[in-house]
Amino acid sequence: MNLLALIVLMLAGGGIAWISERFNPKAPRWIALFVLLAAGLWVMGLWVSGDGPIYAEMKFPWIARFGISVYLSLDGLSLMLVALTLFLGVVAIASSWTEIHERTGFFQFNLIWTLAGVVGVFTALDLFLFFLFWEVMLIPMYFLIAIWGHENRGYAAMKFFLFTQVSGLLMLLAIVALVYQNYATSGVLTFDYQALLGAEIDPDIAFWIMLGFFIAFVVKLPGVPFHTWLPDAHTQAPTAGSVILAGIMLKTGAYGLIRFVVPLFPEAALDFRMPAMTLGAISVVYGGYMAFSQSDFKRLVAYSSVSHMGFVLLGVFAWNQLALQGSVVQMLAHGFSSAALFMLAGALQERLHTREMSDMGGLWVRAPRMGVIALFFVVASLGMPGLGTFVGEFLVLLGAFQVNVTVTVAAAIGIVIAAVYSLSLMQRSFQGPPNANVAVMADFGVREMTMMLLMAIALVWLGIFPQGVLDMAAPTLAGFGVGGP
Amino acid sequence: MNKQDFLVLAPYLALAGGVVLMMLLVSFWRNVRAMVTMTVIVLLVTLGLVISSIGDPPHLISGFLLIDGYVALFNILFIIAAIVTALLAHGYMRGRSGEPEEFYMLLAVATLGAMTMAAAHHFAAVLLGLEILSISLYVLIGYSEEGHPPLEAALKYLVLSGVASTTMLFGMALIYNATGTMVFSELGQTEFSLPRDELYYLVGQGLLFAGVAFKLSLVPFHMWTPDVYQGAPAPVTGYLATVSKGAVFAFLLRYSLITDVLAIEVVSTVVFMFAVLSMLGGNLLALLQNNVKRLLAYSSIAHIGYLLIGLLAVAVLADGMIAVEASVIYLAGYFLMTLAAFGVISVLSSASEEADAEHIDAFAGLFWRKPLCAVIMTTALLSLTGIPLTVGFVAKFYLLATGAEGGMWLLLWTLVIGSAIAVYYYMRVIFAMVRSGEGAGYAHPSAKVEGMAVLVVIGVSLIGFGVYPSSLIDFVRSLIGITGG
Repeated sequence: MNLLALIVLMLAGGGIAWISERFNPKAPRWIALFVLLAAGLWVMGLWVSGDGPIYAEMKFPWIARFGISVYLSLDGLSLMLVALTLFLGVVAIASSWTEIHERTGFFQFNLIWTLAGVVGVFTALDLFLFFLFWEVMLIPMYFLIAIWGHENRGYAAMKFFLFTQVSGLLMLLAIVALVYQNYATSGVLTFDYQALLGAEIDPDIAFWIMLGFFIAFVVKLPGVPFHTWLPDAHTQAPTAGSVILAGIMLKTGAYGLIRFVVPLFPEAALDFRMPAMTLGAISVVYGGYMAFSQSDFKRLVAYSSVSHMGFVLLGVFAWNQLALQGSVVQMLAHGFSSAALFMLAGALQERLHTREMSDMGGLWVRAPRMGVIALFFVVASLGMPGLGTFVGEFLVLLGAFQVNVTVTVAAAIGIVIAAVYSLSLMQRSFQGPPNANVAVMADFGVREMTMMLLMAIALVWLGIFPQGVLDMAAPTLAGFGVGGP
Repeated sequence: MNKQDFLVLAPYLALAGGVVLMMLLVSFWRNVRAMVTMTVIVLLVTLGLVISSIGDPPHLISGFLLIDGYVALFNILFIIAAIVTALLAHGYMRGRSGEPEEFYMLLAVATLGAMTMAAAHHFAAVLLGLEILSISLYVLIGYSEEGHPPLEAALKYLVLSGVASTTMLFGMALIYNATGTMVFSELGQTEFSLPRDELYYLVGQGLLFAGVAFKLSLVPFHMWTPDVYQGAPAPVTGYLATVSKGAVFAFLLRYSLITDVLAIEVVSTVVFMFAVLSMLGGNLLALLQNNVKRLLAYSSIAHIGYLLIGLLAVAVLADGMIAVEASVIYLAGYFLMTLAAFGVISVLSSASEEADAEHIDAFAGLFWRKPLCAVIMTTALLSLTGIPLTVGFVAKFYLLATGAEGGMWLLLWTLVIGSAIAVYYYMRVIFAMVRSGEGAGYAHPSAKVEGMAVLVVIGVSLIGFGVYPSSLIDFVRSLIGITGG
């Protein structure tokens, strides 16, 4: 079995799930679960038995006319992100287990196709193929928001699609420009990532091409000022959509920055270091500030994502080993913590039919298990030592400090703000006087507790034993020429 | 004319003979089914003759027509579009008043005109083909006897198209006055002894290009397009948008290639302006439409604008055939997706006395009422947007690559901006289709089997050529005589 088969398995599984709805409306979710578990098991098998730095690889020509090949490769960084994708995919299915009643087949189809696209993004090493997966993951996500979203879904879905599609066009133009610049100097027309790494490009042009990639990825990340699609999309999406958006899709932007922007354009990226790091710090502070001002549970979590992903931007452009390792840990930790918080928000909405925190309050009494879980992930989000987010943010700040003190200090303020908005979230929803309108509320069941506990374990593991992740990422980062701290 | 000439002209003779047979058939036995069958058989025979002629050396017939692989390529496109139109029209015409038999004969005649234009190597052949095509189209557009819009559309097209043809004719006359020849290959080698001749030549080219711009509905000569597209029966609109545009473009491309007219700065500047204005104007005006036929009309203006990038590349690239390759592939993709979009409208409007299902509300909830139609429409719209894994993306990518090779950055930026705007209005239609619980008032009649079959075939090829474009690329390259990588 190879990487293409993995993606094809997911695509085919999605198709089968869609069709199976005709026979039983409950069949699609079981099929989706089965497909993701099968894919996940295979990836776990690679993780345990495979040896790095490349765990799996395949390459064959596709469109010879342009030197495009199907080039998929799984190194340490990709492997971790693919594993995260499949794991959160299972979480997404579990979180929407009872939420979706209509068109279940098409729902699971879109869910799995989004995940397949993301797996493709994390493994493709041909720029054309990468762009293809980049776009392919958007359409099903658009449908997820547009069909199963909340009250303002049309607006949110359109905004999401426009932002990502337009930035994608910029990236396409940048890819074509890069390839033809390389063609002009080397005489070889190729979209192969490895070949383009050594491309000699005129520095002035390189800067503009780099900017095309940068904007595409920062829109997805999202960094200020390209973040405005995110609060709408996350808030309006169904729970599974929010989990995938926050947990996985944002990581594709970060992954793109690490894998493509800096390695392909080292000099241009170095010139652009200060603006990018400043944007990162602004995202951290502004996202936190906006999160604090929200009254909508999901919107608050959405803005907190802007803040957390700002650290990743900061870390990537600091471009030393500490900061990059921190960014990778932060990506994984944020994947778990934001997915859990969105799942919690979805569970609350399913039970209370509201996302307004003014309609909540004192929920701990009604649902103690939910309360404990909420407290754990809120604390994880604010950067409690011993949990993954702390390691990620700490390493990023440590690495960025060596590059620029002012920006790092500004970003560090974001951690204080995180404590404020995270605790305020807890206070307003679960603590305080019980809301009289909420007389009874079902607590988490076995299915939800299992998912939450798995994510909690992952965060603790990241927090107290990050070395495993650091070792996995190290060969990839070393390949980019990032030496010791 | 010798024996060899007749052999080369076999497809044309077969089609012309077929038209005579159809005329006889319709005089003795009025039967729609027989007529459709006959039309398809005649077109298939012609297609077979075209395909069997592939590989023959280029053949010039008395300086009038030049038959080669380039012509075969366009002829294949035209004939396929005609077959699709005939099959769609069968279901569409059912239940509409009037005698539908002659419709198919006119369709075959129009196709003959288009094929003549593609092969033209002499101004007289251009005009001959153009008039055969246009006069058939006047009748086809106004075909439904009853109702105000078709007649208005036909009249509008008749008057304006007549003026455009006259403009072209006058341009040709002036060029003839200046050069003393109407054969393309001799036009390219003209040396002017008198400044007056050169002026006539330039004015002639200007008039010629103005007429062509009208036929291609380029901004600012586009005013007729939305009205005619809206008024014509849906299958005819599809035919008008593909074959009539394709035939004029086939002439324009070959004319530019042989005479090198784009090397004249004034001419290329004018074409450049057409391209930029059409890309921006078409897309911006499409934003305002609530009628899907009008929306597609404006989008087709934009698409022909994109196509002009391929035309302009003829003058920029060292090897003009690369530009031909890009243009032809773009046009092939445009044919497929346009036929699919208008095909769905035709099928949805089948067997109805009322106006076409053309308002965006008629598409509301289509996904849940007519899933297959909705999936094909979505595929066509995504292809028009240029999403990967559809032929529309391959086509757009080709233009980007060609433009990048020629360093035509301003045009590429316009293309990207235009595509970005286009995302919004295409997605609007898709969004309307996924809205649930609406549009129940639109009872779409059941479609004819052959209409659905045609749609499915086009839908599959939209995806098929998107996933595996090499087959299309290799075919086009072998026909226009590009060998090797």
